[in-house]
Amino acid sequence: MQALISPIDCLHLSIEIGGIPIRVNTTDADFLNMLQNRYAGFVGSSEHAAIEFDVDLFTPGFVDPDADVRVTQRAGKWALERGDFRAEWEPARRTGTIRQSANPYSIDAVLRIVHTLVLAQEGGFLMHAASAIRNGKAFLFAGVSGAGKTTISRLAPSDATLLTDEISYVRKDGRKDVKKQNLSYVAFGTPFTGELAKLGENVSAPISALYLLAQGPENRIDPVAPGQAVRELLANVLFFAEDQELVQRSFHAACEFVSRVPVSRLTFVPDARVWEMIG
Amino acid sequence: MSKLYVARNTRVAARNLDGEMMIMSGKDSTLFTLNKTATIIWQSADGATPLDEIVERRICPEYEVDPAAAMQDAETLARELAAHGILDVSENPITPANSQPANSQPANPPAGESR
Repeated sequence: MQALISPIDCLHLSIEIGGIPIRVNTTDADFLNMLQNRYAGFVGSSEHAAIEFDVDLFTPGFVDPDADVRVTQRAGKWALERGDFRAEWEPARRTGTIRQSANPYSIDAVLRIVHTLVLAQEGGFLMHAASAIRNGKAFLFAGVSGAGKTTISRLAPSDATLLTDEISYVRKDGRKDVKKQNLSYVAFGTPFTGELAKLGENVSAPISALYLLAQGPENRIDPVAPGQAVRELLANVLFFAEDQELVQRSFHAACEFVSRVPVSRLTFVPDARVWEMIG
Repeated sequence: MSKLYVARNTRVAARNLDGEMMIMSGKDSTLFTLNKTATIIWQSADGATPLDEIVERRICPEYEVDPAAAMQDAETLARELAAHGILDVSENPITPANSQPANSQPANPPAGESR
């Protein structure tokens, strides 16, 4: 006898950024396919997801493209809202839901926000910075739009591995032997792209330096005082939550990072010679 | 003249970086850098020590200034810091439960392990 109700196929994939696998469940094969293409290189089949989201797709009505993101917490549950999506996430249960139309931008925003929340709890952060690995060490190049993130990424030599040209992923490194080398933070590749529109490599390395970008008449590296370094670092850290505790944690994370990672100002002319000073 | 008591506000995070005292408001993420006098007041603001005593013991010896003028400046500064939510100011002692250490750290330090 034929079943009157056929089960809905539940499709899923795992998007692993920064070593944190996030499983996405959907019933829409086209949407799944779109995610596989969007996050190529970051898609895994991990059955041990750190977080799991059910995506509920809807047909878009009016969407305000200028709507602000709102990230709030109540009773242990995060609510993430923008004009084009509404998501909930309960860290204790490691599960959540995303309600959006079938587009890659909404879930991309949700992933960025969730990663900032996870990292804020453990002393890491996402920041507006390009990053690359050279000679086994990661280098971050921070700056607002127009500071030169895309330019420095485009000028990277062939022996440098680009992690991102837009959003860098920073985690604390818990390995004990690393502390002896004074390399206590790790940068991971991200699929969050800028003008270069090229996904970073899904690899990681200990962070050797953070450069605050400036463009000028000559290539030079100048030290930055710790207070100024914290100010500029915080100006580039992605943070969405209206949450007093997380704001305080982010501040302490920035201070901790500056106390452990050399921060300098990198003034450069836009040609490949700048990379002779890096690595 | 009544005493004035000052206490560090618990809703801010503070760090002394290479001699520069930085304060971040947990309410609106505003970042403040305190000058030397404000740093002395912040560090001494335990809620139990009156401001005039802080001025007499910590500020006057540091700057060799007239105590009355220093007290007037300190009170203005303390009220400015209070307006920014950095300090609590009261004519009565402020209980320790409502104040925080001078160089505060997170209650639960971030875990250092990578997943």
